[in-house]
Amino acid sequence: MSAETRREKAEQIRHLLDTEGENVRENASHFNENRYDAIDEFDEYEELRTTVREIKEDAIERLPELVDTVTESVEANGGHVYLAEDATDANQYIENVAGDAETLVKSKSMTTEEIDVNDHLETAGVDVYETDLGEFVLQVADETPSHIVGPSIHKSREGIAELFNEQFDPEEPLETPEELTEFARDYLGERIRDADVGMTGANFVVADSGTITLVTNEGNARKSAVTPDTHVAVAGVEKLIPTLSDLQPFVELIARSATGQPITQYVTMLSPPVETPTLEFDEPETPLSESDGDREFHLVLLDNGRTAMREDDQLRETLYCIRCGACANSCANFQHVGGHAFGGETYSGGIATGWEAGVHGQESAAEFNDLCTGCSRCVNNCPVKIDIPWINEVVRDRINHDETTEFDFLVEGLTPDEEPGGVDLQKRFFGNYADLAEVGSATAPLSNWIAGTAPARALMERVLGIDRRRSLPQFERETLRKWFDSRGGSRVSPADADREAVLYPDAYTNHIEVERGKAAVRVLEALGVAVEVPDVASSGRAPLSQGMLATAERHAHEVYADLAERIDAGRDIVVIEPSDLAIFAGEYEKFLPDRSAERLDDSSYEIMEYVYGLLENGGDGESLPAGDGERVAYHSHCQQRTLGLEAHTVAVLEDRGYDVLTSETECCGMAGSFGYKREYYELSMDVGSELETQFQDEEARDRTVVASGTSCLEQLDSLLERPSRHPVQLLDPDQ
Amino acid sequence: MSDVLTTFESSLDGLDVATTRTDGDGFTGALDDAIREPAVGVPLGLDDVSLADTAVTVDPTAAALESARTGVTPVGAGIATYGSLAVAADAAGSEPVSLYPERHVAVLREEELHADMDEAFAWLGEEFAAGRDSYVFATGASATADMGEMVEGVHGPAEVHVVVLER
Ligand code: SF4
Repeated sequence: MSAETRREKAEQIRHLLDTEGENVRENASHFNENRYDAIDEFDEYEELRTTVREIKEDAIERLPELVDTVTESVEANGGHVYLAEDATDANQYIENVAGDAETLVKSKSMTTEEIDVNDHLETAGVDVYETDLGEFVLQVADETPSHIVGPSIHKSREGIAELFNEQFDPEEPLETPEELTEFARDYLGERIRDADVGMTGANFVVADSGTITLVTNEGNARKSAVTPDTHVAVAGVEKLIPTLSDLQPFVELIARSATGQPITQYVTMLSPPVETPTLEFDEPETPLSESDGDREFHLVLLDNGRTAMREDDQLRETLYCIRCGACANSCANFQHVGGHAFGGETYSGGIATGWEAGVHGQESAAEFNDLCTGCSRCVNNCPVKIDIPWINEVVRDRINHDETTEFDFLVEGLTPDEEPGGVDLQKRFFGNYADLAEVGSATAPLSNWIAGTAPARALMERVLGIDRRRSLPQFERETLRKWFDSRGGSRVSPADADREAVLYPDAYTNHIEVERGKAAVRVLEALGVAVEVPDVASSGRAPLSQGMLATAERHAHEVYADLAERIDAGRDIVVIEPSDLAIFAGEYEKFLPDRSAERLDDSSYEIMEYVYGLLENGGDGESLPAGDGERVAYHSHCQQRTLGLEAHTVAVLEDRGYDVLTSETECCGMAGSFGYKREYYELSMDVGSELETQFQDEEARDRTVVASGTSCLEQLDSLLERPSRHPVQLLDPDQ
Repeated sequence: MSDVLTTFESSLDGLDVATTRTDGDGFTGALDDAIREPAVGVPLGLDDVSLADTAVTVDPTAAALESARTGVTPVGAGIATYGSLAVAADAAGSEPVSLYPERHVAVLREEELHADMDEAFAWLGEEFAAGRDSYVFATGASATADMGEMVEGVHGPAEVHVVVLER
């Protein structure tokens, strides 16, 4: 990527932060908080997640059979099914169904956005009206959805009022939400009564009964489906589920995941053509019982790349998505800048990368795919348990492999990674960070001085896109491993030890945050653990986050080779950097044989989790310094929270007498290399501002700041005047 | 008084939906209290009560449907934990009658209450098997937040009232 492109990207993000950021943030955070509450109150949540995951896996596996089943059942009901290969095919069929219709009313459907059916029908002479109020606003404004569930959440009430007043010139200018809603409802109500065709999407299609399920809060989907005599439902083939009983868990999960409601106002389950009498608003004196009763129904099942996704081992999971938007709502970047920043022709944010890559092709997913930092906050929030960060990483890897430049041969010869020449220089720089850190420490302090000079920063910004407003991490001349060796290794000998542990020398702890490594060693020793700090390969987290999967995989094999024998010898693997623990527990599953991944995962612990375990099992807490009520503000790490390990740090600190306040934000905004990148610096700081606000308010202002992740510590350093440390440093007997 | 009915009422209360309990004798009066005229309706299909002696126009014309303030329909089931009502998309027109007027008055026999979604789906499965395979689970009034804050009554009723015929 050129410096110019980076500048443009930064510009575009800044613009969206200014224009749409505030509205998106308010709405997405609101959905997000409501979801947490709704799920807290719903005991069956985890059980149902497992159930729906199984239903989806099974349904996608049996997809061709379900298509046959639904075709039979819809036809038996008196309707028609059309399996459309792509957008053009679907649009052609829909145009034929519409025939000489003058108007068509639609309820909200992302799938119809995907095929651009409105444009197609308008060209064919049919007037199309969106009847969902959010979609209607966008139609009037000629904008695209910014959110899969709330398409117009980027717009303010004032903006909508201005738009309507300009466009419709009402006698009295519209102002309040009530006035705007009433106006849109009446305007659209008339369109619905006059329409010749009603078009809906479908959240789920029950194959064996031919039932279209629509999950909505407004009544417009119901009205669009039953008011015109002809109903067309457009659904991706992946919406098929086998039977009615399979529908139930989805009904109980989807609204909770989307907006935090237990259920939406309407869950409409129609097996059309329905028996409801046709509504003859043009013959006002006909009673319902005498209407002609002729209804027509067409189910358009859209493939548009989905069959290929089904055959793609990495993208298949995307088809399990029920489009609840939880992944977008729980994404700190999304909350701050909104869907329009994420690019994509139709879908934006979270899982959208998978959808865009599958239905529109990789280019459509390429532009802002980097906005997924792999923080993993979405993972536990996805009702169908999709590994959304992995999908983003896979697509990023594929994009990397598609981009080639004339200097490729040169780069390929010079870099220590497994990637082809096309990979962007910036990505290579961050992806190979561990190698760089070796050199950095070996040549420190010279490396720090040189890297810190203005010309060097300017060059780094131009060539590598590293924002010069960020301070760079300082390499330590004496690495953790050197220090450990020079003090003569473990002070607790294995013979006297209760347990033996390998302290994993991740690249940051070994070269930069060396003090936290030393503290960890001393804490473990104080609790009777014999410690070893061997030479172990870097985890592969850095290349993974840049979409350099082959390199990440190589690291996984090396790490395992370095640790396997030690695990066999009964040693525990203790990890300080949460993102490294997360790759051991997560992505290694994809890189290593199952048994190896499992063995490593079972033997690995986050440092404070490990201390917690030692204390729970009779370890002497008194051998660690007491907190004496010291007030602490703690920011855990995204991936640490996903692994459910925030609580252990809090428990240990409280046990030692600290008064702990935890941060409430999803992410600090730094997310590894993300915040260093020229194009994302401002977004990163904007996301960070939430954490800053919380840690600067009255309750937290005078608290000692601790954080678990390296990048979180770096972000906190730039957000706050006061210093921050890793929590294990509070326990250091030598402090 | 059953627990299920109490739960149902409290769920409805949380949705700002009022409930009236009545029986065969009190029905006509209770219904007339619940509606705002003009009111349209579909036959209740029940043995002991009907809309005959009420102010409700049964089998309305399209014009009457459009101008009615209240729509009265039977509902096939109620789901206690959610406060949901199962409106059938039937040949009598329950679906449009419950949807077009600004107020929906639903008539439900206590026997048709289900404790939770498990029971409701078991019931729905039987309905589907019997060929009645189009239903809407309606929970509270139609609503939108698309214009900046929550507004009720968008393309659907702004008010819902449930009349329960006790056992
Ligand atoms: S990936 Fe999961 S969380 Fe995201 S929209 Fe799909 S179902 Fe919802």
